[in-house]
Amino acid sequence: MSTAGNRTGRALPRASDALPWALVTPALGWTLLFFVLPFVAMGLSSFTAHEGGAATWSNYSQFFANPAYWQAMVNSLQVTAIVTVVSVLLAYPFAWILAEQVPERWQRLALMLAVLPFWTSYVVRSYSWLLVLAQNGVINRALTGSGLISEPLQLANTRLATVTGFVHFFVMLLTLTIFANLKQLSPSYRKAAADLGAGPVRTFLHVILPLTLPGIMVGAFLTFVLCIGDYITPQILGGNNELLMPQLVMMQIGRRGDFPLASALSIILMAVVTVAYLACARWLKIERT
Amino acid sequence: MSVKSASRNPLLVLKHHLHAACAATALLLGAGSLAEAADLNALIWCDHSDPALLQPFEDANNVKVNVKEFEGTGAGLAIVEQSQPGDWDVMVIDSIDVPRGVEKGLFEPLPEDKLPLADLFPQVKMDGSTVVGGKRYGITEKFGYNTIGFNKTKVDPADMQSLASLTSDKYKGKVALYDYYLPVIGMAALAIGKKTADLTEADLPALKEELLKMKANAKLVGEVTASQTALATGEVDILVGGGEWVTAGLAKENPALDFSIPKEGAVLWSQSLAMFKDSKNKDMALKFIQYIMSPEGQARLATSSCYWGMPSNTKAALSDDQKKVLRFDEQPGFLARAQSYPAPNADLDKKMQDMWTEMLQAK
Repeated sequence: MSTAGNRTGRALPRASDALPWALVTPALGWTLLFFVLPFVAMGLSSFTAHEGGAATWSNYSQFFANPAYWQAMVNSLQVTAIVTVVSVLLAYPFAWILAEQVPERWQRLALMLAVLPFWTSYVVRSYSWLLVLAQNGVINRALTGSGLISEPLQLANTRLATVTGFVHFFVMLLTLTIFANLKQLSPSYRKAAADLGAGPVRTFLHVILPLTLPGIMVGAFLTFVLCIGDYITPQILGGNNELLMPQLVMMQIGRRGDFPLASALSIILMAVVTVAYLACARWLKIERT
Repeated sequence: MSVKSASRNPLLVLKHHLHAACAATALLLGAGSLAEAADLNALIWCDHSDPALLQPFEDANNVKVNVKEFEGTGAGLAIVEQSQPGDWDVMVIDSIDVPRGVEKGLFEPLPEDKLPLADLFPQVKMDGSTVVGGKRYGITEKFGYNTIGFNKTKVDPADMQSLASLTSDKYKGKVALYDYYLPVIGMAALAIGKKTADLTEADLPALKEELLKMKANAKLVGEVTASQTALATGEVDILVGGGEWVTAGLAKENPALDFSIPKEGAVLWSQSLAMFKDSKNKDMALKFIQYIMSPEGQARLATSSCYWGMPSNTKAALSDDQKKVLRFDEQPGFLARAQSYPAPNADLDKKMQDMWTEMLQAK
């Protein structure tokens, strides 16, 4: 039986063709409404002057001309790099122990304990760290009480405090992604490596690590993105002794309401995240080939 | 920016449409929480969200006060710009920023004959800012000082009578700076013998030098909560920019906290109430302003749980203990030595903020 569409040479859409679009439309609509539209508005705003008038590059040129603004980006990249590397170095062995050393029946409980910090408010957790690291906090009291130091150390309101707060959070995130990756590995890879004469270290370096690299990279990228855009932790724990990019963005809004400059700084921050993504994506692609 | 120039620039036209679309979306989504016509919608600072302040007004007038907190005039005005005309009835605003709202055509003149202006401390009426073109657009409801807050058991109170102590080696590492550039720049101006009302671009290098000296002595630069916590927990002993707004609310728990007005003076801060021109509920908005300015409302606002401050009405119904904590009876002397909050024009404001950024980034 032929259809009208066949007779005219044009294929009519079938219900099965429309279904995927119908299913994806809510997600597309959501993305359009809550990401694309605000992003375009922010992009346009970044090319306007605070005082109004014609389109301008001045918000971007301010960033490149002012060393204090540049320094905020440098600080952000340094802190983010340290946090990402330290978190990976701590999370990998933790995930390894969970996946390989903890008996199967205890793994669920161990994982739950690992993510316990996620159950508390981010702000409360940051203030808790402030109390731990403060001059009269737990660490300084323990150190002075034990006679190891005579004067309290300045731990709070430093970059170290910011990094500590971040690492506490991101180690858990990375542990989950790496754990999931390790659990997907078939034991036969290790057996095959052993059959071919590789020891545990060589098996880890040449078989396990490369195979879990995608999990590490996904976790590291998530850490990078969440860390470089975070305002709360450096604001509470860093003591404003140096500014990071999100703090610089917020500073433009508070009193002066300079949304065009804040938009430009946000776009620059987003460009850096995009570069990081492209670097990760390219690297992961090489791993797959 | 004129309407004409905006209409010629396609980028701006598109941006305006997008802003309108975003605002419409936000309003649709927030419809559930937006007020009904009979309610009063107030853009406020945190001290106005205290139920002890709002509930007596709500009960007496059978009205619900819907509040939205914001920090910083820029953020507050942005909320207004992204709302529909008539969404908001009253706003709390820095007294020096009342003209910014008037310039944008947001505020309604207030009827002076229906407000207790005669009862206000004369120095805090701030007519230079609250009266524009001969019309009153704001009324000062609360004030205080950005000065030196300190723990009197940890520092020599006599040292706190001079701003020079803030940069002395004696207190190195024991100081916090309040993270708001205008009042602390005002204090730096006082320290180098400049009047806050006369600051110009030519003063910026000397001000920056003084700020860097303060930073070199400081352990942290913190916003309201962080700086208050640092002083209360003993992380620091001195807060540059602190005052009764930091120490008075903590007086019961920590009576060692105090503030001084040093010999060089202090910076006077003040907050005002304004009514929106497009308010759909102007009678209730005026009643709210009258309530806040009444002796009872003033006492409740002055001792709000978020932060304490001096009521601008001399007849505020404060208890003797509350007056003692706020050092109510010493106000004439304090006010005589206080200087106005720096009120730079837009260009100088930007330069001051950039200078503050450079100070924060300095090692």
